[in-house]
Amino acid sequence: MVAAGFANESIQAAAAQPDPLPNPFVAPAAAAPMTDLDRTVFSRLEKLGIEPADICSDAVFVRRAFLDVIGTLPTAAEVRQFLQERRPDKRRALIDRLLARDEFTEYWTMKWSDLLRVKAEFPINLWPNAAQAYHRWIRTAVRDNLPYDEFARSLLTANGSNFRVGPVNFYRAVQNKDPVGLARVVGLTFMGVRVEKWPAEQQAALAVFFSRVGFKATGEWKEEIVYFDAAKPLPAEARRAPLPDGKVIDLAADSDSRQVFANWLLAPENPWFARAVVNRTWSWLLGRGIVHEPDDFRADNPAVNPELLAYLERELRAAKYDLKQLFRLILNSRTYQLSSIARSKHPQAEANFAFYAIRRLDAEVLIDALNQITGTTERYSSAIPEPFTFIPEDQRSISLPDGSITSSFLETFGRPARDSGLEAERNNRIDANQRLHLLNSTQVQRKIENGGKLQALLRARTGPREVLDSLFLTILSRPPTDDERAAVQDYARSNAGDMRVAMQDLAWALINSAEFLHRH
Amino acid sequence: MSLHHSDDPRLWNLNAELGLLGLRDDALTRREMIRTSVLGTAGLLLTGGAAAAATRANPTVVATAARPAKAKSVIQIWLWGGPCHLDTFDPKPDAGNDYCGPLRTAIPTNVTGIQIGESLPLLAKQADKYSLIRGMTHGINGHETAAYTVQTGRPSGRDVFPGVGAVVSLFKGYDAGYKGLLPPYIVLTELQGRFSESGFLGTRYKPFATGGDPGASRFVVEGVVAQGISDERQRSRREFLHRLNTFDRAMSSGDPRLAALAQCERDAYEMILGDAGKVFDLAQEKDDVRERYGRNTFGQSCLMARRLVERGVPYVTINYKGWDTHKQHFPIMRRKLPELDRGVASLLQDLAQRGLLSTTIVWTGGEFGRTPRVQWEAPWNGGRGHWGKAFSALVAGGGFRGGHVLGSTDPKGEEVTNHPVHPSELIAGMYDLLGIDPEARLPHPEGRDVRAIPNASDGVREPGRLAQIM
Repeated sequence: MVAAGFANESIQAAAAQPDPLPNPFVAPAAAAPMTDLDRTVFSRLEKLGIEPADICSDAVFVRRAFLDVIGTLPTAAEVRQFLQERRPDKRRALIDRLLARDEFTEYWTMKWSDLLRVKAEFPINLWPNAAQAYHRWIRTAVRDNLPYDEFARSLLTANGSNFRVGPVNFYRAVQNKDPVGLARVVGLTFMGVRVEKWPAEQQAALAVFFSRVGFKATGEWKEEIVYFDAAKPLPAEARRAPLPDGKVIDLAADSDSRQVFANWLLAPENPWFARAVVNRTWSWLLGRGIVHEPDDFRADNPAVNPELLAYLERELRAAKYDLKQLFRLILNSRTYQLSSIARSKHPQAEANFAFYAIRRLDAEVLIDALNQITGTTERYSSAIPEPFTFIPEDQRSISLPDGSITSSFLETFGRPARDSGLEAERNNRIDANQRLHLLNSTQVQRKIENGGKLQALLRARTGPREVLDSLFLTILSRPPTDDERAAVQDYARSNAGDMRVAMQDLAWALINSAEFLHRH
Repeated sequence: MSLHHSDDPRLWNLNAELGLLGLRDDALTRREMIRTSVLGTAGLLLTGGAAAAATRANPTVVATAARPAKAKSVIQIWLWGGPCHLDTFDPKPDAGNDYCGPLRTAIPTNVTGIQIGESLPLLAKQADKYSLIRGMTHGINGHETAAYTVQTGRPSGRDVFPGVGAVVSLFKGYDAGYKGLLPPYIVLTELQGRFSESGFLGTRYKPFATGGDPGASRFVVEGVVAQGISDERQRSRREFLHRLNTFDRAMSSGDPRLAALAQCERDAYEMILGDAGKVFDLAQEKDDVRERYGRNTFGQSCLMARRLVERGVPYVTINYKGWDTHKQHFPIMRRKLPELDRGVASLLQDLAQRGLLSTTIVWTGGEFGRTPRVQWEAPWNGGRGHWGKAFSALVAGGGFRGGHVLGSTDPKGEEVTNHPVHPSELIAGMYDLLGIDPEARLPHPEGRDVRAIPNASDGVREPGRLAQIM
């Protein structure tokens, strides 16, 4: 029996052969090239006297890139393939492969569905058909890499049925459909501002542009048409409407003021639109906005590095609002590829991106990763409306369309409620309930004990050393260190009575390690 | 019922009476009135007035002499789906078959003049311990919106407010110095799921949901009890986990996220291996106690709730599903009402015997009532629909008086005819008993100024709506 081999034969590398990487998390030589982006970051760090972290190792990079770009843990085979690749630009090549994968579409559709509040039930109440149509539209846009300005224009100006024209649900996915309520959502989504913090008259001015959004029912149950309602009165004093930058627009009585607003928002000189989305993207990949919170632009909440923000904004415009290109730019930077092991204790180090800030895996990514490791699935269903909706068991959690689908795991681990569209709704802070669940729940224990894939891995006839390698590569996306091999051997010896249990405990320990639970 | 015959000074309408004496000060809140009245022990109006005057002279008196909270804990028995008020706490025996169906009898209780439904004989013997609010109303007939309004006190709107449990967890939990090893807000056994209990307060104030089944031979609390894993193995694999900490050692920078993870792990093991988790072992209770509560999921949940408040947990919710009886209403009631009866009656009796009832609010009810007129027609064939216009709630303990009925409905149970109570008013009453400052604010993610206690903008007509039963 292979497992018994752990206790008997040496699974350590020969003593004469030292561990090639005493620290498996940093690269032996700083290999990543310096880009224009990096120059803005590093000159700021130099000014502050902050030493940046080393470049992360290939093993760290492959795991990080998979989790950040496609919300998916790499398999052992994918890690091995990347580690064995010899081409010098293999990180760039991996980034391109990831940006082209289907999971990219799933993961970023999830992200946009959070911000655009795709939720069938209370309190957003889109209704299931409409939530599906909305999600489908977002998914298609992400898949086709629809330029972000066109994406925004569609959401801002769409007309038609909530069941047939996905983007009309943008104005329905709010808890308050009065003009001020709509203005707040538009400001939050596309300008990264909290309109509710503006003076009342500025809020009212912005609201004018959304004062003639009409909603009407049809003969079909819960169907609703969203349209420009020219019949709604536009008071004379509202016709000369000031925009947030002070520019005054003459709103002809019969022109769709949403179009007028979109034209202003999407003009190249607009100071909010591109800046807001590059800042969001940066925070998604680096864990923190250049303006932070990433959707709270205010005069008294300045960018920590204005040059960086301006640089990204220029690049996005030059790329014609191609968000994948923006991803590519950030992911290929040295800044993104820094290790999470800080070299400076400067209090401003993290805010200035001197290292890669660790953060707990997203709820959906975490449960998908556990399923991938163990070879198990989740059962999701929605009880409203009848007949119940059952999600196919092999569907990933990152591709769940509707925020109303109930899941105790996802709720415990901070899936956003999709009530407000705030970035901060997603909560990736660890708490005791989460810790308890991972350490000791039946759900996780059953996956470890009964998951076919994990069990097959543990029973493989290859030899204990290979099994151990596979297990580490599967869960931590790197091979074990000598220290770890020794620890496993000791544990196996002390549990010689039941090797099956010892190996399950190893999988359990790796799943519960800080290294697994975080993007790092 | 005349309030003036009560021997509890808190029941007098002090505001009015001080006004008659020319001592009324509109700047004084009702709660300060209550505080000041409690400062006096025997003397009544004059004591109250004198104390109020003293308060005005030296405002710090109020702060230092703050009325201690009567209630320390809440047990919320949530009848998810909406129980029918006619079949439970507001019987209408004269309304006829179209309203009563086969449950046509009202039975007397141990309080003269109070009758409840025939299926609740054990609760009838405990009526001196609880009050019935028969004028609950909000007019909402959708489950989610009604459940939201009943548990937050707010109409659905732009924000998603936290439910009572999360608010109590905020004001009585870790932030308020709660040192218990058990989470301050525990749900037996599953979350409600259709909206977030903690609303905009976020994950930190979410309840701990036990999972498992207290009615099973062993209550396997998700995360606390791992079947088939001995304590010894728990300890040895924890050491193993600590030895495999290559990453933590490499980080070694005191990263706050790793520190938080380590603290959470220590807390978790208090539940897994420490004494804290033992509370969930129902086998520690005598068999006859377990029988008395009923050997079913609900009954044992009630027993579990008692064990939790005994250990100081501020808020426990029992989510008791299955009350949405559009069809098969009466057969289901014949099965469920005896369970409800046994569980709640035993809980009240047990809490009282252990001296816990005076500090524990027991709040029983659902999101709305059910259509008083039975839907005999197809496809319901004897069902009841949703009814937000009128329903009942049972409240006991923690400062709520026993043996009273507040408000009433018409002879068919369709409309509230006397003393309507909006959920926000019931919640405000509970917060009052819990000693939550009426001026307290909730931390709002966008920094808006939000009162913890629902106020006029949330539909509260006047403060002190429950004064007669508090």
